[in-house]
Amino acid sequence: MTGVPGVNMSQESLVEIRDLNFTYDERPVLTGINMTIPRGKVVAVMGSSGCGKTTTLRLIGGQLKPTSGTVKVGGLVVHELDAAGLYGLRRRMGMLFQFGALFTDMSVYDNIAFQMREHTDLPETLIRDLVLMKLHAVGLRGAHSLMPAELSGGMARRVALARAIALDPMLIMYDEPFAGLDPISLSIVGELIRKLNDALGASSIVVTHDVQESLKIVDYVYFVSAGKIVAEGTAEEMKHSTVPYVHQFVWGEADGPVPFQYPARPYGEELLESAVRRG
Amino acid sequence: MAKNCWKARCAVANGIAQALRGLGQRVTSRIWRLGYASRFFLAILLHSGTALRRLHLTIREIYFTGVLSLIIILVSGMFVGMVLGLQGYDTLQRYGSTEALGVLVSLSLVRELGPVVAALLFASRAGSAITAEIGMMKATEQLSAMEMMAVDPIARVVAPRFWGGVISMPLLAALFSAMGIFGGYLVGVQLIGVDEGSFWSQMQASVDFREDILNGVIKSFVFGIIVSWVAVFEGYDAEPTAEGVSGATTRTVVTSSLAILAADFILTAFMFTGT
Repeated sequence: MTGVPGVNMSQESLVEIRDLNFTYDERPVLTGINMTIPRGKVVAVMGSSGCGKTTTLRLIGGQLKPTSGTVKVGGLVVHELDAAGLYGLRRRMGMLFQFGALFTDMSVYDNIAFQMREHTDLPETLIRDLVLMKLHAVGLRGAHSLMPAELSGGMARRVALARAIALDPMLIMYDEPFAGLDPISLSIVGELIRKLNDALGASSIVVTHDVQESLKIVDYVYFVSAGKIVAEGTAEEMKHSTVPYVHQFVWGEADGPVPFQYPARPYGEELLESAVRRG
Repeated sequence: MAKNCWKARCAVANGIAQALRGLGQRVTSRIWRLGYASRFFLAILLHSGTALRRLHLTIREIYFTGVLSLIIILVSGMFVGMVLGLQGYDTLQRYGSTEALGVLVSLSLVRELGPVVAALLFASRAGSAITAEIGMMKATEQLSAMEMMAVDPIARVVAPRFWGGVISMPLLAALFSAMGIFGGYLVGVQLIGVDEGSFWSQMQASVDFREDILNGVIKSFVFGIIVSWVAVFEGYDAEPTAEGVSGATTRTVVTSSLAILAADFILTAFMFTGT
């Protein structure tokens, strides 16, 4: 693999996170996170909303700096890289944002061609072939002239996926790729994540709370709750996990370690107070 | 009694301390924001290479901010010129010098009204659009996506819009003044009947290229920098929510309008005193 000075491609794991802590406004968001993303594998990071999943992705992508601990990608400590080094590393990463984040002033074609035009000197005829190839891979070659506003949610997500793999990245990160999709689109996106990862020989990190769809396609799962890893294992192990949080999450139970009720004073106490006020 | 009095004094002192703290916090936050905006301005200048090397990016923005503002600028210029023609004639005829109408209209426009009114219109039409566009790009994670693609949003998105605005502004102000003079001519010469020869010849004799026209161009260039800077900064710094973008758009119009008027006074004081 070429193009990223210093990246060690011989290591077994592409991403290594060690003792990672991240604090925002003195509020701990991530505490003592340890993760390993092996090469060629699809790894899911699951947990309820606000548990720190997306923050983990942003730390891997270098958009945030850890309070302590390290994130290594291809052997490089991300937060120690200078701007040029970080941009060099990002050229080998692809990221799919929650709602696609397609450039709304560009057509589907130009969205996919964007990175190729920015980072390569390829002639336009070759860029056209590459763009159509990427779009063909996600089944949207016929939609290349459409604008993002003309796409359905599922199509936009697939275009964003094609854009994320535009430069054949070594690492693809997905931030809630299944959010808001109908069952057909959801299944298509799920299959594409797996197939594209295998076809490109890349590694993928899928941040999601969609258990059923993601457990079908991933090799390994990390469960995060309140900024800590509470369980990890293969998809099969997670399905049969006895860890209360994982069990509640996987089987979608309304009450459990994640309570149904938002923290409040005892109900009886509040009712009594209302009665006293009424006299 | 004495204890109650002491308590009341303490409450007043606390109230004053709280008010002072609030005031201090507001002042420091404004200064901090000004410093951030200045650093942002320097970052734009440092990253302007892309905008100037890949000129098509800047030309595209000149189209969106400049060309698409033409209608409002030209129509407003025409009406302002026509009003100047009417008001100017009304005043000048009292002193029997209606032939100086051309001078009055042209100097008012070239020195003051052209740059200032065109800049105010530009802030409302193009400045707000730039802020809303960048703010929405931020809210929909397009800027983050660009960063993750190893493309600097300041170089790719902000700098071309900034330079597009800076280049457009003097051209729009010149067109505003030209349309205003034409409007003044229509009302003064064609409608009221002021002598056409006097109108144009007095204008030609009295308007100085360096003192009047060049200073007007400098003013509009400075206003272009102010509006474009405020617009891109507010967009980039907007809270990534619908409410945040809406607030940023309003701030762009208010801040740049006030800054234009303040800068106009300062520039006028330097340019035109004693001549």
